[in-house]
Amino acid sequence: MEVALSPSQECKFHESRDQCPFTCCLALHLAHSRKDANSALLSNYEVFQLLTDLKEQRKESGKNKHSSGQQNLNTITYETLKYISKTPCRHQSPEIVREFLTAMKSHKLTKAEKLQLLNHRPMTAVEIQLMVEESEERLTEEQIEALLHTVTSILPAGPEAEQKKNTNDDMTMDEENPA
Amino acid sequence: MFVLVEMVDTVRIPPWQFERKLNDSIAEELNKKLANKVVYNVGLCICLFDITKLEDAYVFPGDGASHTKVHFRYVVFHPFLDEILIGKIKGCSPEGVHVSLGFFDDILIPPESLQQPAKFDDTEQVWVWEYETEEGAHDLYMDTGEEIRFRVVDESFVDTSPTGPSSAEATSSSEELPKKEAPYTLVGSISEPGLGLLSWWTSS
Repeated sequence: MEVALSPSQECKFHESRDQCPFTCCLALHLAHSRKDANSALLSNYEVFQLLTDLKEQRKESGKNKHSSGQQNLNTITYETLKYISKTPCRHQSPEIVREFLTAMKSHKLTKAEKLQLLNHRPMTAVEIQLMVEESEERLTEEQIEALLHTVTSILPAGPEAEQKKNTNDDMTMDEENPA
Repeated sequence: MFVLVEMVDTVRIPPWQFERKLNDSIAEELNKKLANKVVYNVGLCICLFDITKLEDAYVFPGDGASHTKVHFRYVVFHPFLDEILIGKIKGCSPEGVHVSLGFFDDILIPPESLQQPAKFDDTEQVWVWEYETEEGAHDLYMDTGEEIRFRVVDESFVDTSPTGPSSAEATSSSEELPKKEAPYTLVGSISEPGLGLLSWWTSS
């Protein structure tokens, strides 16, 4: 089976895809031009959507789901869905992602940095500094605050944060209405 | 965390599946072959994204099945270098902290990449961060099941394809089983502010 070289590998022999006769490079130009290496990145939300749709499809045509060959697919889809469902990506939608990317244009971040912000929804400056390279030199404190504000206002909170918010609301209600 | 990888492969469809739509049979075969498997130097394959091109299907003499060359894209788990990930601590050992993502387990944070100073508590078999404050040293335990934020600093692929007959003769004489190596391992680090257990950095 021929596989495209991963983005971190580069074809050692040719400068551009058109010159390269290797079948591995026929697959995509990922290996050749570093700038296109990022075009293959997927956000967690996209994978979540894909796997949920796949699960629905397979539920509808139920008969062959349990054949031994499908066991691996079942396992990996279940585990990956379980992992992503606990992240803030769960409540995202294509419109939210589009809005987020438009808002991010002014901040001049790389594709990988924007992807991390989208996947993790950082709520503190420390997290931003982890995800944005050399943030002390590229962003001032106000810019970091503005970035945090954009992220938390556009992207929906994760399931755990929502749970915490609900228990806080319950507590304040009890205080207002003494038995 | 996930990337789309373009691949090319020849898929064999046996005759009893000819009544099904070709695309469905091919999708099923590809998932059967690749899902939950590690491809050397590529990553852990999750599921088929789409089929980009189907070439003509051929039937070869002696084999009633059709063989189709397929160009397709597959969703692969392959975090980029320096990416931040959140996982759960699976356990601790003298080699370091083992982290799991549920669908991917072979992540190790070696002792030198822990928040320093760190020590290994033998009685409880956990790694501990000896956090210094003005009051004195605070011992922060890295317990199993805790969520941990770490940075991917290295990855290694091991080719686990079976070895040829010549080397098998040499090893068959020894009693011990060959050590099972994980085909794809990640090395993480938590030695930066903000990394480590999520509970260490959340302000209540």
